[in-house]
Amino acid sequence: MAVNGAVTWLRRAEEIDGYDLSASDSEEVHVLAVDDSLVDRKVIERLLKITSCKVTAVDSGRRALQFLGLDEEKEANGFDGLKVDLIITDYCMPGMTGYELLKKVKESSAFREIPVVIMSSENVIARIDRCLEEGAEDFIVKPVKLSDVKRIIDYMTTDFREGEERRRGINKRKLRD
Amino acid sequence: MRRQLQTMRKSLFDQGYLDEQFVQLEELQDDANPNFVEEVVTLYYRDSGRIILNIEQALERKPFDFNKLDAYMHQFKGSSSSIGAKKVKAESTLFREYCRSRNGEGCMRTFQQLKKEYATLRRKLEAYFQLARQAGPVETACRPK
Repeated sequence: MAVNGAVTWLRRAEEIDGYDLSASDSEEVHVLAVDDSLVDRKVIERLLKITSCKVTAVDSGRRALQFLGLDEEKEANGFDGLKVDLIITDYCMPGMTGYELLKKVKESSAFREIPVVIMSSENVIARIDRCLEEGAEDFIVKPVKLSDVKRIIDYMTTDFREGEERRRGINKRKLRD
Repeated sequence: MRRQLQTMRKSLFDQGYLDEQFVQLEELQDDANPNFVEEVVTLYYRDSGRIILNIEQALERKPFDFNKLDAYMHQFKGSSSSIGAKKVKAESTLFREYCRSRNGEGCMRTFQQLKKEYATLRRKLEAYFQLARQAGPVETACRPK
């Protein structure tokens, strides 16, 4: 279900020789979880921590945009040091829905590369299609299980590794020139 | 005591109070987070209690605002589903159906039943967690990861 390989992933330490093939697990995947339900936030936070992710959980699309620094009305809160690698959001939320949040993220030049996963209790094909068309990476039917989260983190880190290897291949050629 | 705990746990599932999602939560417990399920359930009762109150108040206002009632129940159902509260979830679904068919009587009846199930589950889980604490750190349904 991955859309493309050009996912800006983790910040890397500067590579000295361009042949650095070491694993990047010195930096954890940072996930921004968005859900208006207190119970669901607690659960998704635990699920992500077990999958070795760093988690920031917020209760609304608005707050998610503020965290990213995209909210027009409030200035960036100075968290630009904490890059977000994945956004996982509930669909049905008061105010801004997960779908609206998805659109805002994909419309932003700074953040459109961040994969967005939608969660919903309603398994409606039209809704799933709409989200995927708008650029969602995946769609999880609630209640969320550990296997759902593992699957997403697994194939995204694989995507990243493959993308990184391609990138390194290009770097190697440049070094030889 | 552990046998008693296992029996209690099994009957919660056999009698349909809990579903697979509860097991999912149990699997998230480890030595560093041994009381995760109890924490989630406690949070659930605290948070959903608020929604129950909102629904109660909404049911006192005539005519019923079915859209609002449905919206509240959608929230409530979501949380109930997340902890594996099977019977409570079923009543929530029924309530929402009555909202959609604009059946006030059905809503009220179902809500009474829902509150009963909600209270029963709370009692049973409280007893379960209390026994679990007395029995000490114990393997419930922790499958190898």
